[in-house]
Amino acid sequence: MLPELGQAALLLALLAAMLQAALPLAGAAANRPAWMAVARPAALAQLALLAFAYAALTVAFVRQDFSVLYVANNSNTLLPLVYRYTAVWGSHEGSLLLWVLMLAVWNAAVAVWSRALPPVVSARVLGVIGLVAIGFLSFMIFTSNPFERLLPAPLEGHDLNPLLQDPGMIIHPPMLYVGYIGFVVPFAFAIAALLEGKVDARWQRWTRPWTNVAWGFLTIGIALGSWWAYYELGWGGWWFWDPVENASFMPWLAGAALIHSQAVTEKRGSFGGWTLLLAIATFSLSLLGAFLVRSGVLTSVHSFAADPSRGLFILAFLAAVIGGALVLYVLRAPRLPEGRPFAPASRETLLLVNNLLLTAACAMVLLGTLYPLLADALDLGKVSVGPPYFGTLFLLLMAPLVLLVPFGPLTRWQQEQPSKPLAMLLPWLGLALLAGVAGWFMAPQGALKTAAGVFAAAWVALGTARFVWTRVRAAGRTFTPEMLGMVLGHAGIAVFVAGALLVEAQLVQREVAMSPGQTVEIGRYAFRFDGVERVPGPNYVADRALVQVFRDDRPLVLLHPEKRAYASGGQIMTDAGIHAGMAADVFVALGEPLGGGSWAVRLQIKPLVRWIWAGAFLMALGGFVTALDRRFRRVTGNGRGQETGADDAAPAPGHAPAVAADGGTG
Amino acid sequence: MAGFRALSAVVIGVVFAGLVGLLLYGVLVSDRPDREALPSPLIGKPAPSFELPVLHEPGRLVSSEELRGQPYLLNVWGSWCPGCRVEHPVITRFAETRRVRVVGYNWKDEHADAMRWLEQFGNPYWLVLVDYDGRKAIDWGIYGAPETFLVDAEGIVRWKHVGPVDDTVIAESLVPVLDSLGVTP
Amino acid sequence: MIAALLGRARAPAAWLLAALLLVGGSVAAQAVRDAAPLQFQDAAEERRFNALVAELRCVMCQNQSLADSNAQIAHDLRREVFDLMRSGRSDEEIRSFLVERYGEFVLYRPRFGGHTVLLWLAPGLVLLAGGLVVARIVRARGKRPLPVEEEQEW
Repeated sequence: MLPELGQAALLLALLAAMLQAALPLAGAAANRPAWMAVARPAALAQLALLAFAYAALTVAFVRQDFSVLYVANNSNTLLPLVYRYTAVWGSHEGSLLLWVLMLAVWNAAVAVWSRALPPVVSARVLGVIGLVAIGFLSFMIFTSNPFERLLPAPLEGHDLNPLLQDPGMIIHPPMLYVGYIGFVVPFAFAIAALLEGKVDARWQRWTRPWTNVAWGFLTIGIALGSWWAYYELGWGGWWFWDPVENASFMPWLAGAALIHSQAVTEKRGSFGGWTLLLAIATFSLSLLGAFLVRSGVLTSVHSFAADPSRGLFILAFLAAVIGGALVLYVLRAPRLPEGRPFAPASRETLLLVNNLLLTAACAMVLLGTLYPLLADALDLGKVSVGPPYFGTLFLLLMAPLVLLVPFGPLTRWQQEQPSKPLAMLLPWLGLALLAGVAGWFMAPQGALKTAAGVFAAAWVALGTARFVWTRVRAAGRTFTPEMLGMVLGHAGIAVFVAGALLVEAQLVQREVAMSPGQTVEIGRYAFRFDGVERVPGPNYVADRALVQVFRDDRPLVLLHPEKRAYASGGQIMTDAGIHAGMAADVFVALGEPLGGGSWAVRLQIKPLVRWIWAGAFLMALGGFVTALDRRFRRVTGNGRGQETGADDAAPAPGHAPAVAADGGTG
Repeated sequence: MAGFRALSAVVIGVVFAGLVGLLLYGVLVSDRPDREALPSPLIGKPAPSFELPVLHEPGRLVSSEELRGQPYLLNVWGSWCPGCRVEHPVITRFAETRRVRVVGYNWKDEHADAMRWLEQFGNPYWLVLVDYDGRKAIDWGIYGAPETFLVDAEGIVRWKHVGPVDDTVIAESLVPVLDSLGVTP
Repeated sequence: MIAALLGRARAPAAWLLAALLLVGGSVAAQAVRDAAPLQFQDAAEERRFNALVAELRCVMCQNQSLADSNAQIAHDLRREVFDLMRSGRSDEEIRSFLVERYGEFVLYRPRFGGHTVLLWLAPGLVLLAGGLVVARIVRARGKRPLPVEEEQEW
C-alpha cells in the first residue's frame, strides 16, 4: 500500500511542479500577483510530497519489501540495517528520487528565503526551478519509477553492490547531489534576469550565497568520492579522470568561475553577461553530468545500468532546457548595460584571466571525456583518453592560475599600479622559490614534481597570508566573512596542491609475495606479514590478514586488509588496511593467495595524501563562510530600482557608499 | 560590437548543436551488443606464427605453417568460460557444414578440464591447440573468451568476432567474408 | 539462494552459507592464473614498470588501468610488459608491441596523429581564442575614462 501512496505522491509532486512553473511565469509576464503567489506554496507542497515518497521507499527497504522491484534488485535479507537506509540511493531509480528530493529542498529554501526579492523576480526564479522539476519528475515517473512492483514477490533480493556497502557511500551521493542540483538557483536567477532584461547588482548579491553553498557541497561531494575510491577500490588511487568523475568536476570548475564572476558583477556591475552565461553553463554541466552517468553513453565502473530510452529522455530534456536558456541569452544579453571601465592592471583583468583558465580547463575535460565517443562517431577508431591526457593538460592550464592567485586579493579594482602588489609579494615569491629548490634537492625521487608542488603550495599560502597580514595590520581595516572565505578557499588550494603533487612524486608502492613471519622494508617502514585467517561477516566471508607495521623499528599499527566474498553474488572485494596520518598514509592491500599460506601483498607509502581532502575541505569551508556574509542578505529596496539609504547601514570606515542602485551602468 | 555578438552567438549555437548531436549518436549506439568489442588490428595482416601443443596428442606440436593451404576458423575457448558453452552448439553446427576447418584454441585451461568439457559437450574441432599460459594469445590480441578468428589459406587474418557466436553472426557476418574469399561450401 | 529455499529460517541459512564458504573455498571453475607478484631487480625498475602500466589500459575492464586491474588478462599483460622490459625493449617499443595487437585503445595517452589532432590541439586553441577575447575586452574597457575613486570596498 505504501509504495502505491509513494507513487501517488510523485504524481502529485509533478502536478505541483507544473503549477509552480506555469502560473508564476505567466503571472510575472502579465503582472498578476495572485498567480505569482502560487509559487511559494507549490514549492513547499513539492517538498512535503517528495519527502513522503522518499520515506515510503526507505520504509520499503527497511522492511525488506521485495515486492517492490527496486528493493528486490538492491537489497538482500542479509544486508545490515544501516545499509538498507543507504541502499535507497544505490542504483538509478532510487538515486533519482534522492536527486529530486534535493531539488525540492533547494526549491523550498528559495521559496522561503526569497521574500526580499520583488515578487516578479522571485516568481520567475521559482517558475524556472519548477520547469526543471517538471523535467526530472517526468523522467522519473515515466521511465524510472522506483515504486514499480514485482509480483509475485521473491523471497530473496539480489543485493546492494558490495562496493556500496560502506560508510563513505552513506554520505558521498547526498553531498554530491546537493551541490549538483544547487546550481539550479543561479541558473533560475539568470533566466529570470534575462526575462526581466536587466541584471540588478542587488539581485546578483542575493544569488551569491546560494551559488557558494552549492559549490561548497559539490566540493565536499567530490572530495568524499575521491576519499571513498581511495580506501574502497583497493589500489590506492584518489582520482582517475573517469567519465563519471569528470561529470562532477566540470560543473565544479565552471562553478568556481561563476563564483568569481558573480563577485565582479555584484561589486562593480561589470561582466553581467558573462556571469549569466556562466550560470547557464554551470547548471548545463550539472544536467550533462546527470545525463552521462545515467544514459549508458560512456564506459565507466561507476555508471548506472544503461537504457537508451532513458538516455533519449534526459537528452531531450537537457537540449530543451539548455537550448532554451541559450536562445534567451543570445536574444536578451545584448540589452544588458555595459559595465564600468577598468585599466589593464586591475583586479577585473585578473579575474577575467582566472575565469578564462578555469573555463578552458573545463572545456578540456569535456573534450577528453567525449573524445572516444567522437572518434567512434567519426570512424577514427577506438581511442582511449585517460589520466596522462587530463593530468598533463590540467597541470598546464592551472599553472598560470596558481601563479596569479596571490595577486588577486591584493590588486585594487579598476586600476592598480602593478608595482604595488608586486612589491608586496616579490619577497614571498622568492621564499617560495627557495622552498621549491630545497624540495628538489631533498626529494628521494620525483624531484621535479616535488619542487613544483612545494613551490606552488608555498607561493599560494604565503601570498594569501600576506593579504591577511595587510588587512589585519592596517588600522581600521575590517575582515569580513567574504574575505575569510576567500582566504580559506585559497589556503585550500595551497594544501590541495601540496598533497596532490607530492603524493604523486613521493609515492612508494611494491607488490610482493609474503609468507607468514616474513618482513619487507620500505624506507623507514617495515611490514611483517602474520598470516591470513577466515572471518565471517554479516553478509560475507573474509580472508583477513594481519600485517604489523613498524616505523623506525618501533611498532606503529596492526593492519587488517581483507578480501571479502559476498554471499549474494560471490563478488570479491578488497578492503585495504590503511593507517592514516597527516604526514603519510600506510596502505596495505591483499592480492591473490599463492598457496602454502603465502599471499601477494600490495604495500604503499603515500606521503601527504590526506592533504588532498583537507585542501578540498578548506575550499568548501571557504565557500560556506563567504555565504554567511551579512552583506548578501541586505537586499532592501522596493524593487523599483531605488536603494534606500539604510542599505549597507553603518559601514565600517573605509567602505565606500554602495554601488549605484541601478546596477552600475557604466 | 554587433559583429562580435553575432559571432559568439554562432559559436555558441554550433557548439551546442554539435554536443547534442554527438550525445544523440552516443545514446543510439549505446545498446549495440558489440559496442565494447575491440576491433582487431590484425585484420588484413598475417596471423601470428606459432608452434603450439595439441590437446589430444601429447608431445605433438603444430605450427602455423602446417595450417596453411586451407582457411580455418580459430575458436578461442576454455572450460571455465560460460559464453563458450552457449556458443558451442552454433560452432558445432557450423563445423558440420564442413565449409571451413574449425580449429579450437584452448586458452588458459587445465588439460583434464578441457578434455572433460569436450567429452561432455562434444568436440567439433578439426584440431585443438593448447595455450596454457596465455602468452601466444597476446600475439593474437585475445583478451577474453569466446573469440573467433577467420584465417585464410595464405595465413592472413580476415575476420574476428568477440563474444559468443550465434546463427545471425554466422549468416550475416562470417558467410559474406567466406564468400568474398571464394571459399566454397 | 539457499536462504531463499529455506524461506523464513534466515539466520540458520546465513550460517550454513558461511560454513560452506569456509569449508568449500572456490567452487566455480577458473582459468589458469599465475598470481605471483613480479620480482624486480631494483626500485628503479619497479618505478619504470609502474609508470608504464599506469598508462596502459586493461582491455577487458570498464575503464581501469593495467596497474589497477585484477582481471586475468591484466595479469597476463603485466607479465608480458615485464618480460619485454627484461628483454631490453624501450618504453615506446613496449607500447607499440601492445598497440600492434590490441589497437590504440590500449594507450591511455593517445598518440598524436591525424585522428587525435583535435584532441591535443583544441584546448590550446580554445585558450588562445579566449585570450584574444579577454585582450579585446581589456583594451576596450581601458579606453574609456576611468571615474575617480578614492575608497573602494574590497
